[in-house]
Amino acid sequence: MRREAPRSWRDYLPLAFPAAMLIVFFVVPFGTMIVVSFFRRQQAGFYTPDFVFTNYARFLTPFFANVLGFSLWLAIAVAALSMIIALPFTYLLTRAPRRSQTAWLVALLSILALSEVIIGFAWSTLLSRTAGLTNLLVAVGLMDAPQALMPGFGAVLTAIVYQTLPYTILVLYPTMARLDPTLAESARTLGASPIRAFFTVVLPVQRTSIIATLIMAFIFALGSYLLPQILGRPQNWTLSVLITDQAIYQSNMPFAAAMAVFLVLVSLGLVGLTLLLGQQREKTS
Amino acid sequence: MRLALWRGTRSHLHDSFGLTMPGLELKGVTRDFGSIRAVNDVDLTVPNAHFVCLLGPSGCGKTTLLRMIAGLDLPTAGSIVLDGDDITHVPLHKRDFGMVFQSLALFPHLSVGENIAYPLRIRRMPRAEQKRRVEELLTMVHLSGYERRAVSQLSGGQRQRVAIARALSVSPRLFLLDEPLSALDAKLREAMQVELRQLQQRLGITTIVVTHDQREAMTMADTVIVMQGGEIRQAASPTDIYRHPADSFVADFIGSTNLLELVRGDGGPMLLGRPSRLALPYAMSRAIVSIRPEDVRITAPADDVPAGTVTFIRDLGGTVEYFIDVAGTEVIAVTTPHERRPVSIGAAVGLLLDPAHCVVLTR
Amino acid sequence: MISSRFLARLSFAVVAVFLAAPLVVIGAVSVNKKQMLNFPPQGFSIDWFAQIFTDPEWFRALIASLVLAALSAALAVAIALPLSWFLWRRDAPWARIFQVLGVAPFTLPPVITALGFLTFWAASGFYGQPWTAVIAHAIFFVTLPLVTLSLGFSSLDRSLVEAAAVMGADDRVVFRTVVLPLILPYAVSGYAFAFVLSLNEYIVAYMTIGFVMETLPIKIFNALRYGYTPTMAAVSFLIVTLTALVFAAIARFSDLPQLMGAMPAQNDGDIKATPSRD
Repeated sequence: MRREAPRSWRDYLPLAFPAAMLIVFFVVPFGTMIVVSFFRRQQAGFYTPDFVFTNYARFLTPFFANVLGFSLWLAIAVAALSMIIALPFTYLLTRAPRRSQTAWLVALLSILALSEVIIGFAWSTLLSRTAGLTNLLVAVGLMDAPQALMPGFGAVLTAIVYQTLPYTILVLYPTMARLDPTLAESARTLGASPIRAFFTVVLPVQRTSIIATLIMAFIFALGSYLLPQILGRPQNWTLSVLITDQAIYQSNMPFAAAMAVFLVLVSLGLVGLTLLLGQQREKTS
Repeated sequence: MRLALWRGTRSHLHDSFGLTMPGLELKGVTRDFGSIRAVNDVDLTVPNAHFVCLLGPSGCGKTTLLRMIAGLDLPTAGSIVLDGDDITHVPLHKRDFGMVFQSLALFPHLSVGENIAYPLRIRRMPRAEQKRRVEELLTMVHLSGYERRAVSQLSGGQRQRVAIARALSVSPRLFLLDEPLSALDAKLREAMQVELRQLQQRLGITTIVVTHDQREAMTMADTVIVMQGGEIRQAASPTDIYRHPADSFVADFIGSTNLLELVRGDGGPMLLGRPSRLALPYAMSRAIVSIRPEDVRITAPADDVPAGTVTFIRDLGGTVEYFIDVAGTEVIAVTTPHERRPVSIGAAVGLLLDPAHCVVLTR
Repeated sequence: MISSRFLARLSFAVVAVFLAAPLVVIGAVSVNKKQMLNFPPQGFSIDWFAQIFTDPEWFRALIASLVLAALSAALAVAIALPLSWFLWRRDAPWARIFQVLGVAPFTLPPVITALGFLTFWAASGFYGQPWTAVIAHAIFFVTLPLVTLSLGFSSLDRSLVEAAAVMGADDRVVFRTVVLPLILPYAVSGYAFAFVLSLNEYIVAYMTIGFVMETLPIKIFNALRYGYTPTMAAVSFLIVTLTALVFAAIARFSDLPQLMGAMPAQNDGDIKATPSRD
């Protein structure tokens, strides 16, 4: 059946509820947030409607620059590490029997859905001195005394990679799963070893998807708001942590809003880049 | 299933000195997928420089067999031997075969020239020599000057040729093709069949092609190997397969045929209710007789020939088909327009079935 | 070929251990006898699991979480269904903007959506009402049923709708009798996704109603700061198990690989799909 353009107002009816909900409860809140970012902050947590740039001006302080720099660097590291693990893994996953794939997808989705609180709790336990990995190693005899592996940068990095890895795998999955298996087979009949075929055919064919996934993983890692707090020291805090901190504990809504707006712009910019890459790919194929 | 390859009247599988070259030998090759047996105990010999077609319907095991020869699959049992060397467990990328896939599998991120040079790069051929070889191959497939083209810019026939050039770039010992022409339209297909055959003869390379199109197999192959249910039903030259099918499946799969019953009657073997000069196989009371429609002659009804009624006439321009009902059995006769019979639907006719054109089959 | 298969098995094993390790630890810790987190656990006790139901605070949090998840997921589907139906039925390119709006909150860092709602509810004066969290979660997770439903609609055979129309059915009847039964599995999986994610969600819930009531993640986080008890571990383990069960259920009743982007399954379930496998 052809899709016709809507003719009467009655045809628009199904759209009414969703559109209303999305406009009132998504567009407006975002608008509010942008507006608040220009407000002036008062003491004791109130803020007056105003139009000042003080909040944005704070971006230019060394403190903020440090946090921003660290956030970006951490997100890049997490995205890179996740990709390195995810690329060969996802490829192997898509070549496995369907039943295994389903089982793995259930596991990956479960971890992806898992609350950042629980992940933080789980890793803080695993890396603790009384109930963690080192205790197991001591019990087995590989270590003398248990030690705490957190807080610290390593702990934060590991936990965010843990959080981002399932996401990265699931974003890579569709493209890898649809990859023509005869491409790799053909490469191998032409004399390439499986590893060589992977690096010279499988990866290059998907390079647009790989870059897009890298960007998505980067944005995802940027969004980690609890793990740096639970597993790291204040110098390991990221932008998302700062936003929560300012909004709730410091009661500085305008500043939090300003940072959030900034984060949105960065994320949207990257998402736009991803879409652009996708379109370019459509043109060349 | 032991297969007698020399079923034809001529033994065409010797080289000019009368010595048999070993070539490719498959011994007892079997492939199971769980409880499904895709290939069942196949023995096969393909002499060097021969063009062989694996022919059969979907699911007969031909592609599975080809993939095992290529090394993409490991046989569950049996061995694969090439010129005396057992290659069953040799890794795929060390076999030095050339293969063209049904999807062609051209690498979209490489140009035409880079695609063809891919196996040469792996073998560390010097750059200059690579370039020379690529040019040579492109000329061979009539695509000179296409080195820098993107794969996406090529037509179906051109991509075909690039895939062939790439597979042949290392001068492989075996040239394997899996339904290589299925993506082409009819006219182009027929042209490519001839080209492929000519190319193979010029290069003298042992070639195995998988196809479900019997016309394709008949056009290109020295030996046609008909497969069904994971087994080889018959392997013979195209003419022999047509004239002397080994069983009713082969008879029906290649071209069209009438499959009739030869039964033991009181006075001897009976065909379509009349005595027949054909002999029943030893100690059997029934057999199947295959006779091609072009070998069935329509005459005036008579007592000593099978009698039937014309139920339908299909005039296709180049041929005329007659559908005749003989006591419940449908027999089809075919003539050229020039030999059109003066009968119409409902006419009573007699059928002449020359025993010389009948093939008696046990199954 | 054998060694590369071994390498494949090894990498699966390594990733499996990495992904499972923290969860195994929680599970182990939750059965510790004493009210401390010990690993390897000393003694065995399932008291802490019982606490979820006997301790009034934990039980309240459990109910709050379940109710929030159930309601917000339903609302998310209620928003996604007419939208995806409209996009499939009508040719209205400008309406795609709503699809983008639906997907947007999910692709951005969660703290942004949380803050957005915080400022909105504070400005509108409804800050702290429990239903604000329902709406916030519904909007935040509307992507999920939206994605599953558009997948469902795209696999819908339009000729079925045409046949119904030829037999005299108008849009409403067509929707009720033809589309709805076929789209139901996708609506259900969209609901299940949203439910499970809402159950686990912390920051949006916290910023909207965190100072008024506690959901399970909020309570776990508070417990993190004020004292570790194995009950936390028990709750966490329970949520993990529930999450996994929901996805396993989805997998049982639909083609999960296809839902996640792979090609539909061939008839030969376990046999690897190869072209022209004759």
